Amino acid sequence: MRSASENPAATVEGGGLPAATGCAVRVENLSVTYRTTVEKKPTLKKTLIRLGRRERIIREIKAVREVSFEVPRGAALGVVGVNGAGKSTLLRTMAGILPPTDGRIEVFGRVSTLLSLGVGFKSELTGQENVVLGGLAAGLSRAEMAAKYEEIADFAELGDFMDMPMRTYSSGMYGRLAFSVATSMDPDILLIDEALSTGDARFKEKSFAKMRELCGEARTIVLVSHGLRSIREICDEVIWMNEGRIAMRDDADAVIDAYKEYLQVGESEVSDEDV
Amino acid sequence: MNVIARPRAGEDFTGEYSVYEPHKVGLPPLGPYFRALWARRQFLYELARTNLRAQHYNTTFGQLWLILNPVMMAVVYFTLVYIIRDGGRGPVFLAHLMLSLFAFRLVSTAISRGAQSVVGGGKLLLNTAFPRLLLPLEAVLESFMTFLPTVAVYAVVHAVLGLPVGPDLLWIVPIIALMTIFGAGAAMFTATAQVYFRDLASFLRYFTRIWLYTSPILFYAEDVPAKLQTILYVNPMYPMLGSLNYAVIEGRTPPFPLLAASLAWALGALLAGAAYFISREREFAIRL
Repeated sequence: MRSASENPAATVEGGGLPAATGCAVRVENLSVTYRTTVEKKPTLKKTLIRLGRRERIIREIKAVREVSFEVPRGAALGVVGVNGAGKSTLLRTMAGILPPTDGRIEVFGRVSTLLSLGVGFKSELTGQENVVLGGLAAGLSRAEMAAKYEEIADFAELGDFMDMPMRTYSSGMYGRLAFSVATSMDPDILLIDEALSTGDARFKEKSFAKMRELCGEARTIVLVSHGLRSIREICDEVIWMNEGRIAMRDDADAVIDAYKEYLQVGESEVSDEDV
Repeated sequence: MNVIARPRAGEDFTGEYSVYEPHKVGLPPLGPYFRALWARRQFLYELARTNLRAQHYNTTFGQLWLILNPVMMAVVYFTLVYIIRDGGRGPVFLAHLMLSLFAFRLVSTAISRGAQSVVGGGKLLLNTAFPRLLLPLEAVLESFMTFLPTVAVYAVVHAVLGLPVGPDLLWIVPIIALMTIFGAGAAMFTATAQVYFRDLASFLRYFTRIWLYTSPILFYAEDVPAKLQTILYVNPMYPMLGSLNYAVIEGRTPPFPLLAASLAWALGALLAGAAYFISREREFAIRL
């Protein structure tokens, strides 16, 4: 942290440090390694039993290995890769949720995240309550959230469901609300993980339009998705991650074609949407 | 040329410019951390309010329950003591029991709600970067809000029994504050431990029971025989409940050693709990 605090002031636009110009996110030599237990729910009882048997079940998972790239301001970067390639970990580290094990990430601007689980951490609370709480946790004031709330509710088109406990929502409704919240936060940088797959066709179209609009306003988008059509439609450039490393980085068509070849799937509806 | 200095770099969670690097030591830079925490204080209040509403505490019967539940517990324990001691306890003991029991519950609910706070905030933790300390603090605020109605219940008993009312009664404010701070520190500890040991909450129930029975609640501190005095001295509840009894029941200034011990326990628990929590909180997103 020290070196970061001593970093001289960067600039907003043009001039100053060349490093800061036009760059929204810079990832340098990033590695993320977890040490985690194999158990989903670790308990004291099991730990004591294991101690008696002198077993150790700590596993080291190298989720991201020595990854470096930059995302220019206003760009839309896609990230593809098979399950477990490290895509979500990369995104969470860029959002400041997971700590890097090695390397460094610089983020120039306000980040809004739309990660796979979306909003709604308290399922017994209503959609409205969850939206407001999520905003307050993200650092907005109650007045700011009140001002944004109408916009969020309108975009999600959930009607009376906004006043219902979120446990009554379908997964598509979760996704719509999450997308509306993330894009309404006025982010400079929007990190999206696999969120578009749950909405219906009409909402998908609407969210594509919203993302293009954000890109047009020089906002930056990083989109992780298995929906290759979404990636092709929105992203200029794509990173293909494999086993925690960048296997390829190029324009969208080139990477997606190579990735499809690797997966050995042809041009079909299935591969476009669900691969 | 338009060169604008950016805010100080660091993990301040909302900043215009953030740098994420591995921490060489356990704790993140505390200045930005606590600034970010303070900026989110509305979250504490809002979450506590909505949680209590979800538990129906905004309805008439819900509020009635907030009063009825502690009263019935006091009745249960008073009956127990009355039978065991062969009716040897008068109405002033009832006041002592209610006051001590309600104050004990302020701390014990903070601890048990705190234990669930991080594990229960799973989705929020996985999606949003914010100082995680907000979660156990919210649990403490919630237990404080459910504690307040019991003060009113006690006040009625106090008035009916004609117990002293004077300036020393004001000691209740700093003493309850210290108990809340102690509860917050302990809640931070259990919140962290619960992430690593998900069955902690079930052990906690038994621990809380034993703690209740070894604290001067169902008996006066003076009743404890000399050979068992050590139990009192290692119990953080003893100086805190002791001070409360001096000030409220007897209407006297609590002795300095009791106040000093209460202060030491509260600050010690807060510092240790916060240090443990903050040094571990970056792991929570992985462990959940």
